[in-house]
Amino acid sequence: MPQSDYVIEVDNLTKAYGKQEVLRGIDLKVTRGTMLALLGPNGAGKTTTVRILSTLLKYDGGTVKVEGYDVTDQADKVRSVIGLTGQSAAVDELLTGRENLVMMGRLYRLTADSAKARAQELLEEFDLLKAADRPAKTYSGGMRRRLDLAVSLIATPPVIFLDEPTTGLDPRSRLVMWDIIKKLMEKGTTILLTTQYLEEADHLADQIVVIDGGKVIAQGTAKQLKAKVGNDRLELVFKNTADFNAAVEALGKEVGDRNEKEFSLTVLIRDTNTDVKRTLETLAKHQIAIASMAIHKPTLDDVFLSLTGKQKQATEEDK
Amino acid sequence: MAAELVFEHKSKLWFTINDSLLMIKRSSRHIIRNTDQLLGAFFQPIMFLVLFASVFGGSISKALPPGITYINYLMAGIIVQTVAFGSTTTALSICGDLQKGIVDRFRSLPMGNLAVLNGHIVSDLFRNAISTFVMLIAGLVIGFRSHASLLNWLEIAGILILFTLAFSWLAAIVGILAKSVEAVQWLTFVLIFPLTFASTAFVPPVGMNSVLRAFAVNQPITQVVEAVRALILGTPIGNHAWLAVVWSLGLMVVAIPVASWLFRRRTTN
Repeated sequence: MPQSDYVIEVDNLTKAYGKQEVLRGIDLKVTRGTMLALLGPNGAGKTTTVRILSTLLKYDGGTVKVEGYDVTDQADKVRSVIGLTGQSAAVDELLTGRENLVMMGRLYRLTADSAKARAQELLEEFDLLKAADRPAKTYSGGMRRRLDLAVSLIATPPVIFLDEPTTGLDPRSRLVMWDIIKKLMEKGTTILLTTQYLEEADHLADQIVVIDGGKVIAQGTAKQLKAKVGNDRLELVFKNTADFNAAVEALGKEVGDRNEKEFSLTVLIRDTNTDVKRTLETLAKHQIAIASMAIHKPTLDDVFLSLTGKQKQATEEDK
Repeated sequence: MAAELVFEHKSKLWFTINDSLLMIKRSSRHIIRNTDQLLGAFFQPIMFLVLFASVFGGSISKALPPGITYINYLMAGIIVQTVAFGSTTTALSICGDLQKGIVDRFRSLPMGNLAVLNGHIVSDLFRNAISTFVMLIAGLVIGFRSHASLLNWLEIAGILILFTLAFSWLAAIVGILAKSVEAVQWLTFVLIFPLTFASTAFVPPVGMNSVLRAFAVNQPITQVVEAVRALILGTPIGNHAWLAVVWSLGLMVVAIPVASWLFRRRTTN
């Protein structure tokens, strides 16, 4: 089988539940050893896409290939090269961490000895050694996610699907997960990650595909996506209305957004050095005092807002 | 550096069997770890045995053939009833697996599709064996005696194993179809309760009205109960043994493909 440059290739993928179209022509291409983040709000079609890629779900139209294998016709081949970490941590709660790992290793066709050795290795790597022989139902949320991820890595598959791996985790556990995911990337694993957290995609992924309502609405690197939204902004806050008004007058058409109640305004900057300096010099010349100032880089939240024109409610609630 | 991974290179059949063995190991561990369920497997049969023997014993023994005590008569019925009720656990485990997403994980592995079902059904045999053993001991304590030979006991075991498998596969269908654990509870209750009580498990059919009796003496549970009872009491077994076997095999012939098909369907869409 000639291997394509792309480890994951999705072409015009469609899926409907009855009349409800969930995926309306998704295209994805993931290069070997890179991470693609599928970013979107709840119900965008992220999990559906991952379920189709991991052979769990039939689809209606398009082609879906993993490592060159068709997910429908060569499902068994696909299953032997992928690892899946689902949204709800799918570990056996009555088995211990170690038993879970060994069992999954055996089901991945590892020999008993090899499965045991690999389980030990993963327990150490994921900081689960102390809890290794306790039933998984006694684990904390973060531990359970780590075990879940460890289980999907038991046979070191070259392709990993991470379906919202940090949803519902506390900030510290999330950082731990990020570290683990980064280590995976260093080892050359090809990863498709879904997330509602723009920050997560920004932090981890090489490529980001934004989907909403079953369609790709934007893609590119975090940098490219941010560039779509625009430049950095200098935000200036003044002490009172008099200073604020004087500043508006002095800066003239350079002023972008303004908020009279909070005495604040923003100035668009193209070059941080010259533009910030010039703005501050103008204010100094007019003897206008500043209460505070900050430079805002556009966040992926801004990207999302400007692309979909709506609030991502799920993300806001989670924060 | 990570240890080198060593993969098995065996035939497809070997993997199919090995997958099922792994799942049997998993489900059997569940029996031991699930303390509530384990206590149920111990005490529920004892409770039924003692209650029935002491509450109904006095009245029913008058309707029994001379020389047969109610406890000796009841034993077969209670064992079969326990097995039938125990199949609820199979349904619950399968329903639970489907809801927790672990089946998704199994299905993303290169493993046999039906190994999960096999695991639950075979481990259920173990659990039922424990229950039956506990019951026999409890029975001996409160006066149960049998002159059955070792061969008779092996025949009893064979009939019960077939019956347990048949009922577990039926329960698997319920477990796959049910949308929640609660649904499993009442579904199995509605199916199994009437089937066990409208049989000769606890009382001879002489006092039943004609419609009920016609149903009671011909349905599978009665065949199994009567076969086991005849072997325990040393009375003529008639057609009951082979009818029990035919019923169990017949139920399996229907239930296994249906359960497998439903399981595949439920897990692919």
